[in-house]
Amino acid sequence: MDTSLELRIHALMVGARVLEEQLIAMTRSGDGYFWIGGPGEEAFNVPLGLLVHKGEGPAFDYLHLHYRSSATLLAMGAAPIDTLRQMRSVATDPYSGGRNFVNHYARHDWNVVPVTPTIEVQYAQAIGTAHVQRRAGGEGITIVNGGDAGAAEGDFATSLVWSSRPGQELPILIVVANNHYGISTEQRTQWAMSDIASRAEPFGIRHARVDGCDPRASYAAIAEAMAYVRAERRPFCLQADVSRLHGHSSSTGGGLVAERDGLLEYEAALIAEGKLTGEQAAAVWDERRRALKADLETVRGEPFPDPSTIHAHTFYEGEVR
Amino acid sequence: MATMAQAIRLALHYGEENLGVTDVFGEDVGPPLGGVFTCTQGLRTAWNSPLDERGIVGMATGIALAGGRPVAEIQFCDYMFNAIDLLKLAGNASWGSNGAYHLPMVVMTPVGSGIHGSMYHSHSVESVLTHIPGWKVVMPSTPLDAYGLMLAAIEDPNPVFFLPPKALLRTKGEEPIPGEPEDARELHNRIDAPLGDRSQWKPDWPEVGRHLVPIGKAKRMREGRNATVLTYGRLAPVCLEADKQLRAEGFSFDLFDLRSLVPLDWDAIVASVSRTHRLLVVNEDTEVTNFGEHLIRGVIDRAFGELEAAPVLCAGADVPGIGMAWSLEAASVPQLPNVIAAMRALAVAPAREAGGRGFLELPTRLARYR
Ligand SMILES: Cc1ncc(C[n+]2csc(CCOP(=O)(O)OP(=O)(O)O)c2C)c(N)n1
Repeated sequence: MDTSLELRIHALMVGARVLEEQLIAMTRSGDGYFWIGGPGEEAFNVPLGLLVHKGEGPAFDYLHLHYRSSATLLAMGAAPIDTLRQMRSVATDPYSGGRNFVNHYARHDWNVVPVTPTIEVQYAQAIGTAHVQRRAGGEGITIVNGGDAGAAEGDFATSLVWSSRPGQELPILIVVANNHYGISTEQRTQWAMSDIASRAEPFGIRHARVDGCDPRASYAAIAEAMAYVRAERRPFCLQADVSRLHGHSSSTGGGLVAERDGLLEYEAALIAEGKLTGEQAAAVWDERRRALKADLETVRGEPFPDPSTIHAHTFYEGEVR
Repeated sequence: MATMAQAIRLALHYGEENLGVTDVFGEDVGPPLGGVFTCTQGLRTAWNSPLDERGIVGMATGIALAGGRPVAEIQFCDYMFNAIDLLKLAGNASWGSNGAYHLPMVVMTPVGSGIHGSMYHSHSVESVLTHIPGWKVVMPSTPLDAYGLMLAAIEDPNPVFFLPPKALLRTKGEEPIPGEPEDARELHNRIDAPLGDRSQWKPDWPEVGRHLVPIGKAKRMREGRNATVLTYGRLAPVCLEADKQLRAEGFSFDLFDLRSLVPLDWDAIVASVSRTHRLLVVNEDTEVTNFGEHLIRGVIDRAFGELEAAPVLCAGADVPGIGMAWSLEAASVPQLPNVIAAMRALAVAPAREAGGRGFLELPTRLARYR
């Protein structure tokens, strides 16, 4: 990996972290109600976003993400201010017009399908976009991402069964971001197996486990898995061990918890390797924080959704897109 | 004349050839069976899925998200309950994304009783499905309407539930589908899969034409004066027969097959109640939180002053299941005698007096219409 990419990953990880910290602060300043997001998953989510073939339609990748995927969106080029908009539920929120929780994206031009609070359902929907891509050929693949606890839902089994039907295998990258908790419940108290991705084994689905706190290892693992899915048009199941640095959500306080911090580890490594100085690193953090403060002021001036619009888009009335 | 199952098959064939249908799928939907009710035999895009209703709805959603046009089948509506949140998500994709996405998808699932289906092949689900915003809901009672509603459902850019009544799938209609061969034998020979080995079989499709039943338009089956009767599905032909018998007694009913439950044809309903001043709703779902209650409330909102007797719901008993024994089924969901009794009772009820203390109380429970 060349140094410019390493530094780009670092800057994106910082941007994602600072964004999440800003969102948490917004729950306390009255700029939003509920926070849920992905601090602690940046080391995996930034490489994922960088490796996506971004675009619209089956020739490009479909993303079925979860509410901890902010770093993936930023790495794809999303504007941080749009996430502040969704946090404050203003009408300018491009993902849901003030209708959904923060970090619940939907972007048609990037094949980012609507993120939902309903755990694991994206695994049952992802098979459909992958099915269309199987038929279309080409290099477009489907990527689905969710947590470890949710993998107990039948929808996870659905993704394994449907993506490996003999002769009908799907070009899908099935990701499990394993932070070892579902809200307060420790994974080891509910699961006899720790390697969730190995559930793919009896289906003949290739699988791997990666340190999701290490961006370089994650980049390599995702690139390898994607190359396989793109070329072979077959499923791959990738488990990433990640952290949950501010707990589950604002409902559990949103305070910092003592877990491994992949971003700080990575930054220290880049400095030790002589690729970044301490001052340069500090400047990246400062610049992102300053920019977000300005963004927040902008968003504070934007209107909330007009109550007369509650019925808009219940049904679509135009031509099929 | 085509049966309703044949009509659905012809509509799906038309949809594949002319309306861009990309996938017709579900449990046993593809060859060799072509659907437990034969609705999908011989279709070019039909395929068999794993036995997984959540996966079926999720697959349909994903296909629609990626620009395909799926028609997915839940084999019996009785087995759609484990897919409710995936159905909800399909219904809220457009609203929740503020219009960024919309899902042109059809979920077809046979509904209702009347096939000796006992506890788990007799459910009515319209009260549940109409409670999932973002979906349109249609239910045919004739083969031609099944054909026209299916084409409309396929063309619609939103998720649509297509709910053929199980008990009517093998019945023939009185109006032909455009392009259907006149001789029913010929149609059978051309599009019904043979018994035994089907591996070499291909249907010989007739050139069927475009015929759309607009979603949201009720059908006035009979004109009459004693009361407005709103029904749909299996009970539509039952209400027709009841009306016929009661005409011999001098009564007549303004009889509607709603065909579309979401959206509803309120204009037709209100216009009729304003003529007859009485309302009966007939369906076979369990009576508590029944879709008919919504119809009655909607009429009260729109035309309370027109009513001269309390509106009546003739619906299924509030029981956890339909019993296997015919005596139990007949006591649980409205049958012809119950419908006749309900229609006659409403027709002869004295009108509310001007300035009187309220509405005449009519029995609303099935058990009272014996
Ligand atoms: C179907 C469903 N059940 C329960 C919940 C409530 N809930 C929200 S997040 C969560 C835990 C999810 O844990 P996991 O899948 O490991 O993902 P994580 O939040 O840890 O990333 C629960 C139980 C929900 N949103 N959806």
